[in-house]
Amino acid sequence: MKAGNRPLSPHLEAYRMLPNMVLSITHRFTGVGLGVGALFLTYWLTAAAYGPEAFARAQSLMGSWFGILCLLGFSGCLFYHLCNGVRHLIWDTGRLLSKEELKFSAFVTVGAAGALTLITWIAGFAMGGG
Amino acid sequence: MDMRSHLGRARGLGSAKEGYDHWWGQRLTSIAMVPLSFWFVYSMVGLIGADYETLLAWAGTHGNALMMVLFVMTLFHHLNAGVQVIIEDYVHTEWLKIASLIVVKYGCIALALSCIIAVLRLAFGG
Repeated sequence: MKAGNRPLSPHLEAYRMLPNMVLSITHRFTGVGLGVGALFLTYWLTAAAYGPEAFARAQSLMGSWFGILCLLGFSGCLFYHLCNGVRHLIWDTGRLLSKEELKFSAFVTVGAAGALTLITWIAGFAMGGG
Repeated sequence: MDMRSHLGRARGLGSAKEGYDHWWGQRLTSIAMVPLSFWFVYSMVGLIGADYETLLAWAGTHGNALMMVLFVMTLFHHLNAGVQVIIEDYVHTEWLKIASLIVVKYGCIALALSCIIAVLRLAFGG
């Protein structure tokens, strides 16, 4: 689309980076990461339906250092996207929009996402897997 | 003489046009994904290092198969809605934008169906 002579809004770089801008773009990045995770899930499920050998291959891939690294990333993305998503849903009701509340809920979001990820992996290793 | 009501004339002409459905669908799937995600993580942790018999026993229960199909349907609907917004934000060449949207939409449908068929085959032992 041609911009012509219409006035343009200031570009992103004109603004000082604020925590909420980081959280906002992270929401989008984690969403894309989870899209890649959905591809992994599709492979894992399809392999399982394909038969025992294919499933064993998928399981050993997920259990390799590469698989564990990916799953660690996906779980972190999932809990961040989930917590910040709930924050978005609360915003949709018109709440939690003041400057102080934004800052506070940002801390809660990152903290809760980190804690949930940690709990998941502690449970995972307690299962005797890894 | 115009027989149309004020509402009928105004509908679809606002800044939102047909976008409301997309917005609402994204919110509905967001809300559904909260409990579904917790169930999913719980289930996957339980299947760490599982052998084929354990997997079949897990997938063979009515509740697990139902939840997995619900999870996958909601996941790919939500994924399509999210990626659609990203494409609309960053891809400004009209033909490329439309082509990307079509690829993403059918890609999500194909992946969702592949997951659902896999779950059903595991559940019914086919």
